[in-house]
Amino acid sequence: MLDKNGIAKRIAREVKNGYYVNLGIGIPTLVANFVPEGVDVEFQSENGVLGMGPFPYEGEEDADLINAGKQTVTTLPGASFFDSATSFGMIRGQHVHLTILGAMEVADNGDIANWKIPGKMVKGMGGAMDLVASADNIIVAMMHTNKAGQSKLLKKCTLPLTGVNCVKKIVTNLAVLEVTGQGFKLLERAPGVSVEEIKGATEGRLIVEGDIPEMQL
Amino acid sequence: MINKRVASVAEALQGARDGMTFMLGGFGLCGIPENSIAELVRLGIRDLTCISNNAGVDDFGLGLLLQKHQIKKMISSYVGENDEFERQMLSGELEVELTPQGTLAEKCRAAQAGIPAFFTPAGYGTEVAEGKETREFNGKMYVMEEAFRADFSIVKAWKGDEAGNLIFKGTARNFNPCMCGAAKITVAEVEELVPAGELDPNQVHIPGIYVQRIFQGKRYEKRIEQRTVRKR
Repeated sequence: MLDKNGIAKRIAREVKNGYYVNLGIGIPTLVANFVPEGVDVEFQSENGVLGMGPFPYEGEEDADLINAGKQTVTTLPGASFFDSATSFGMIRGQHVHLTILGAMEVADNGDIANWKIPGKMVKGMGGAMDLVASADNIIVAMMHTNKAGQSKLLKKCTLPLTGVNCVKKIVTNLAVLEVTGQGFKLLERAPGVSVEEIKGATEGRLIVEGDIPEMQL
Repeated sequence: MINKRVASVAEALQGARDGMTFMLGGFGLCGIPENSIAELVRLGIRDLTCISNNAGVDDFGLGLLLQKHQIKKMISSYVGENDEFERQMLSGELEVELTPQGTLAEKCRAAQAGIPAFFTPAGYGTEVAEGKETREFNGKMYVMEEAFRADFSIVKAWKGDEAGNLIFKGTARNFNPCMCGAAKITVAEVEELVPAGELDPNQVHIPGIYVQRIFQGKRYEKRIEQRTVRKR
């Protein structure tokens, strides 16, 4: 079973040379730490920066330089700043190659819910609806089950949707799955996790074909 | 040169009244018009509709207006990090229209550019699209969204000149440029106001035509919401 860093490490392998990548808040942010040497990518933060770098050294924080999670960040050589309309223009216009974000629920048709729990949590969708509606390649990073132990990979989302038929791949603490028209196709198992365990933790349709390899991290 | 300079924040916000709609730049607490928000609090005008990506924190940014119950309606994309906001929203005191961030930005830019409506894929199939026209283009579904209409647009820039030309810094740019010229009156507050001719026209982000009133802010706290650092 993977921890959050393990999920991020596995997703980092999906990040290819030359990609512009938008990372959501939480586990996705950790992906930046695991992109291998020699893979040249630029991270986009939707509040208006491309070429985002790591957190600043203490004492070098700049209130005018934050990421979409409102954390102080830095820029790398080649970086640029732009306004919010331009930022979502590059997202909507599919110039950003890969979006990695968290989710509360994913359905086996690719629907995603991650912005609202009616009566409990209404913080807003931020840029998530624009990102999932526009990106060609969307990877969800999340735990396979919620804190109550219930599956987050469902036949149908129960929470208000963020987007429809959009998620392409899911990396959880248990597995890597591809969203196909027919359901979640199991691609890889996390180290030490059996196919049976994954079946037990998945409420939506699960497709298991042949031997399922263990993830290479 | 058409001089847009006003003497004070009070002069810049002349005409602001109860019930008006305000656009306010900023992302979180980054690039917010601090001096103008303080003036809105001082004026005590009420029943305001505020269009702003976020709603500040409890004791800073738009949170200051929320504290005084001056806001009737917020149009935002993300409103976490503010307990008073959540309390007012859940109790029904405050009306909230949550809008996808890119749609929010485009509704500003459309207003600026004289485009009454546009189609975006964001929110299709979700509750955001309820009651809105949808249409298929090239096999993909889109939702029609209308441009904002506002009385005042209040933005914050790094540098500006008397002609109203603006230059922004870092990610404090965010929604500010899209809001310029998107309301009946655009007020720009800047950290440094210089005479016309001192800004290189090649470096201007927003031309002064979009700005009616400009002033230099008295002070900027520039509060950091999430101070994250790494070890040397």
